[in-house]
Amino acid sequence: MDKIRLATVWLAGCSGCHMSFLDLDEWLFDLAAKVDVVYSPVGSDIKEYPQNVDICLAEGAVANQENLALILQVRQQTKFLISFGDCAVTANVPAMRNMLGGSEPVLKRCYLELSDTSKVIPQDSQFVPELLEQVLPVHNIVDVDLFLPGCPPSAQRIKDALIPLLKGEKPQMEGRDMIKFG
Amino acid sequence: MSVKTLKINGIDVAVEAGTSILHAAQETGIRIPTLCHLEGVSDVSACRLCLVEIKGSDRLFPSCITEVSEGMEVFTHTEQLQENRKMLVELLFAEGNHVCAVCVANGNCELQDVAIEVGMDHTRFNYQFPQRDVDLSHPQFGIDHNRCILCTRCVRVCAEIEGAHVWDVAFRGENAKIISGLNQPWGDVEACTSCGKCVEACPTGTIFRKGSTTGEKERDRTKVEFLSLAREKHQWTR
Repeated sequence: MDKIRLATVWLAGCSGCHMSFLDLDEWLFDLAAKVDVVYSPVGSDIKEYPQNVDICLAEGAVANQENLALILQVRQQTKFLISFGDCAVTANVPAMRNMLGGSEPVLKRCYLELSDTSKVIPQDSQFVPELLEQVLPVHNIVDVDLFLPGCPPSAQRIKDALIPLLKGEKPQMEGRDMIKFG
Repeated sequence: MSVKTLKINGIDVAVEAGTSILHAAQETGIRIPTLCHLEGVSDVSACRLCLVEIKGSDRLFPSCITEVSEGMEVFTHTEQLQENRKMLVELLFAEGNHVCAVCVANGNCELQDVAIEVGMDHTRFNYQFPQRDVDLSHPQFGIDHNRCILCTRCVRVCAEIEGAHVWDVAFRGENAKIISGLNQPWGDVEACTSCGKCVEACPTGTIFRKGSTTGEKERDRTKVEFLSLAREKHQWTR
């Protein structure tokens, strides 16, 4: 049997979920025996999201054009998409900027009002992806197959979600150990 | 004392007349989720989580304010009720700005606990991201309206136990808000005795002690219950 093609992507999040993934420590060897990591900021050096991905862990909210383009591509090219961590599931801390109302006031606040020197709003979208008006959870943009909350989800929780998936079963997302936010 | 007999989820129950369905269920060992009920203060059925079905009626009843009656048949956990509760909790999360990760009550929050209890792993509703205030004018305490679910426990505990009635609810619909005094900064309200009962009563991280950070809010609910029970039992009168 071919190995399961696993990807992880990092949208608007702090990478804490990926750090928690790395906290799986020696179990990563067991995982590596069962999967090919075909795309991941911590597990491969591939720049383009590949075709025919079986499982993808998507960390982070959707906050800018780059996040948006990537998650749309991920959904198209992935069989089973996991909303990985509170930012992906709830938009969490990145969405606290939504309370300022839109991208314009956020940029003004950051780059004009709070800047000590060179008060300029970055404009070149070729290098700096444009902010979306609102930061949104992943499932507001694309369909999600599993929600794995937590800030971050503990290594144990990630493992307990992945083990059934590797066998082709859907994990039971119930109880404090599996679905507590924060 | 007259006794009423009824059935809750098929179990025969006998309780004192005047008991709420919520308490009758508790005595039977059935937990009905609730966020606004607080032992020792009056019930207002604000959160709607405790809604139950009663045989013979096609409407739902808030169990905290519905008294038992003879021959009543109550159902507390039908599939429909459980789905309703899950939806209610999802709506609560979507309505405010509940960012568990950076909340003072993380790990010690009744809203968070209820979300686990009803099996919420995400909300199906669009987050509203309302613009709400934080009032830090009181020397000891703060109130962060982003985390408020309008359970009004603070209002009741302050009015009914402390007797100060600092808190109330103002405005309507999505603008409804807990206010101190006559919608003044909390620190300016002379009626506040700084007793801290509202901090103990608050189910979320809305009202907190200043200086406590993420996950540091601990509460001792027994303090509030003791105060109320001691009064009922006349432990303070000679």
